[in-house]
Amino acid sequence: MAVEIDAKYMNRKRGMQKAVFVCFRLLSYFIALVLFYILGFIIVKGISVINWDFLTQAPADGMTKGGIWPAIVGTFCLMIGSAVFSFPVGVMSGIYMNEYAPKGRLVNFIRTMTNNLAGIPSIVFGLFGMAFFVNYLDFGDSILAGSLTLGLLALPIVIRTTEEAFKDIPNSYREGSLALGATKIQTIWRVLLPMAMPRVITGLILSLGRVSGETAPILFTCAAYFLPKLPGSIFDQCMALPYHLYVIATSGTDIEAQTPIAYGTAFVLIVIVLMMNLLANGVRKYFENKLKSK
Amino acid sequence: MNKIEAKNVDFYYGDFHALKGINITIPNNEVVAFIGPSGCGKSTFLRLFNRMNDLIPGTRLTGEILIDGRDIYAPSVNVDILRKNVGMVFQRPNPFPKSIFENVAYGLRVNGIKDKDFIAERVETALKGAALWNEVKDKLKASAYDLSGGQQQRLCIARAMAVEPSVLLMDEPASALDPISTAKIEELICELSEQTTVVIVTHSMQQAARVSNKTAFFYMGEMVEYGETKKIFTSPDKEATQNYITGRFG
Amino acid sequence: MKKLIDRIARYILTVSGFTTSAVILLIIGFLFKEAVGLFDNPIVDDGYVLALNERNEVEELTAQQIKNIFDEEITNWQEVGGDDMPITVFRLEDLDKYYTEEELGSEYEYAGDKIAEQICGNPGIIAFVPEVLIEGQDGINFIEDKDISVKEVLLGDEWFPTATPSPIFGILPLIGGTLWVSFFAILIALPFGLAISIYLAEVADERTRKFLKPVIELLNGIPSVVYGFFGLAVIVPFLQQTFNLPVGESGLAGSLVLAIMALPTIITVGEDAMRSCPRNMREASLALGATRWQTIYKVVIPFSISGITSGIVLGIGRAIGETMAVLMVTGNAAVIPTSILEPLRTIPATIAAELGEAPAGGAHYQSLFLLGVILFFITLLINSCVEIVSSRNKLKK
Repeated sequence: MAVEIDAKYMNRKRGMQKAVFVCFRLLSYFIALVLFYILGFIIVKGISVINWDFLTQAPADGMTKGGIWPAIVGTFCLMIGSAVFSFPVGVMSGIYMNEYAPKGRLVNFIRTMTNNLAGIPSIVFGLFGMAFFVNYLDFGDSILAGSLTLGLLALPIVIRTTEEAFKDIPNSYREGSLALGATKIQTIWRVLLPMAMPRVITGLILSLGRVSGETAPILFTCAAYFLPKLPGSIFDQCMALPYHLYVIATSGTDIEAQTPIAYGTAFVLIVIVLMMNLLANGVRKYFENKLKSK
Repeated sequence: MNKIEAKNVDFYYGDFHALKGINITIPNNEVVAFIGPSGCGKSTFLRLFNRMNDLIPGTRLTGEILIDGRDIYAPSVNVDILRKNVGMVFQRPNPFPKSIFENVAYGLRVNGIKDKDFIAERVETALKGAALWNEVKDKLKASAYDLSGGQQQRLCIARAMAVEPSVLLMDEPASALDPISTAKIEELICELSEQTTVVIVTHSMQQAARVSNKTAFFYMGEMVEYGETKKIFTSPDKEATQNYITGRFG
Repeated sequence: MKKLIDRIARYILTVSGFTTSAVILLIIGFLFKEAVGLFDNPIVDDGYVLALNERNEVEELTAQQIKNIFDEEITNWQEVGGDDMPITVFRLEDLDKYYTEEELGSEYEYAGDKIAEQICGNPGIIAFVPEVLIEGQDGINFIEDKDISVKEVLLGDEWFPTATPSPIFGILPLIGGTLWVSFFAILIALPFGLAISIYLAEVADERTRKFLKPVIELLNGIPSVVYGFFGLAVIVPFLQQTFNLPVGESGLAGSLVLAIMALPTIITVGEDAMRSCPRNMREASLALGATRWQTIYKVVIPFSISGITSGIVLGIGRAIGETMAVLMVTGNAAVIPTSILEPLRTIPATIAAELGEAPAGGAHYQSLFLLGVILFFITLLINSCVEIVSSRNKLKK
């Protein structure tokens, strides 16, 4: 009664492993290829459309000519508007969860709610924004309503990053500051917040990247099909890049003239998202180096 | 007859020279203990015998390690067969997320054994050999996580012994256990040496003294002294060994 | 003073801590308020009635029956429980066919009488007319004015919100479309997602990982409308050619786009789960002579199965809730799908496509909020699943 080794089986299982791993590798590279194809497709077709006029002119001739300047401005307005709401609220909420709320049930409850909010489809945010901000609060279709709706969408991201950033700060910093007679809020403001800032800002930038590409929440709260002029106040409607792309790609009147505009718009949108990603990385690295050099 | 033989072994983690020129011979069916302060390289050395360090990127080995007279680092060696032949028990009990039975049967299954009766028989023998059979025979299908820490570690020993290795490596097998469980494990080690060669890394000098025939003392990546356990603990040749076993450092 | 600031800050922070909870409550409240209103609407457009000859004994019709009658799919009263006689459909516009302008009067002041005349003279007639016109006329039966029934909405297999006289709000085709597209999306994404997460967590060397991780993150960052545009420009024509379809916009196009979009979620969550498998458990398996692949599928995957499941469930959630990309490539036909190569329509896409045209406060508007509520609960369910699965995992450790 001995445990015999079947040499054939030993070879077979090695062969099996090799086959499986090669297969995995191929699938992985295939997906990378898909990404590069999507990016490449839009960049190659879009970059030839980009010129100074395209970026700085309003659409003309029933959106068959001209540029996308109002849409770019609109998107940036919405990004800023949503940040103005989600950043302070999100950061304070994250701080509350970490520094104030009694650990256990309550924090878990808030975290569950935040996760649920993050899981809600963006179109539901759109519905809610329309019912609440546009109709109930009577903001009308406006940058204000759109920004608030997008801000809700960005909120969970900001809360999570803030919570994690504060969680990773060792307790000794808190105790050290409190031992010197600082109040809790002074400790948070002067010691903890500066330490957590790099990650909080990274989270904020990532959430802005997400916000810049969202269409469904602004469909009924803010986005305008076509506006020749820039928005004058937060109670005006505005154009936005993702909605503009949607409109041009699906309900165009003159497909041949509009296809290049669609590629150009998609290109600009992707560039904004990529820049946000790079910026987030850059900020993180900058602050990390600064901390190290101290 | 020598079971394991290491010749001029040098080992590097990247730039770090972890083991320096080690020579050792371990005879068949003996219990050999490796002792030394943390970071002295004793665990690293142990893990060379079943090529566990292969998994860590950036490591490099020079010199030769022979088991049963064959170089285990030769290109023609099938690592899976080597590891089946050289069992290992780890510092913390690490049963798989499976039933007690499947944990012990695992080694047989991954080595291509399909005969159900044979597997059942081996599992029973291995569990008996690890003095666990009476405690678990009625709940073989229960999760291994239902066992206590000491039982889990004996399960891990049974798991390692089920494939009948000719060498059993033990990396501080009792360091996470209470004294009673530790005593049981030590008792087991003595019994196991009838079937296999046991190499055990331990922090506790008393443990080394209790279970081993031979002891090697490692310090700063070098093997300072190797000999009969009695001699090492009563009249070591080197001053460093003397200092360590009398508790002056470590 | 210091104390006061501390207290105020504490108060403000507490309030903001509960923002997300409050928002969820608000969302539930507002969506529900509108959605429930749907069932207070009469099946026939407000202000209109369905009038019958007084000898006709039919008193009740369902919305579906009304639609079929006016589409002339039901042509005999027998089919809806009346006597055996053919149905004559009469709409207000038909008045011109029977009477001259003089007869009706310059301001249509005699229209009511003339309609009543028609109804009295034709035993098989069903007339869809404004209530004010025939108020107080004799010899007319009315179809009982019921409210839209919950059963017909939840189990109805036709979505026709702009039909007159009676819009149909059967949500089954939309739910079917959503599940159908998501199901195929996950079917496509699953092998890729699992393979890549295993590859990243267990097989790839550090350099490959450093290359692939950002790729996956980038995939996650691309806006859904860009995916939709890409689908429209590349995938749709490709499918049309490959399968020789009349239109390339189809469930499959949606599934493909959704598969790419769900991948990053499945991969990231799955990879994290596998990385949390302790090293010594892997080593124990290898030390018994198992290959790395045996270790992965016999030890690592069983150990991290709950995390992997969470990833898949979250991926499904992402697919179900996705709006723009699906709206752009699936063709938006509100029929219960029979094949993945046909156009179909999902819940989010329906909301996005129709809310702009639905007058606020009307039945159509409210029905879209009902869809929102359903979508909300599907995602809530999915989140709870993930929560339960991962909390069970914590217990295990």
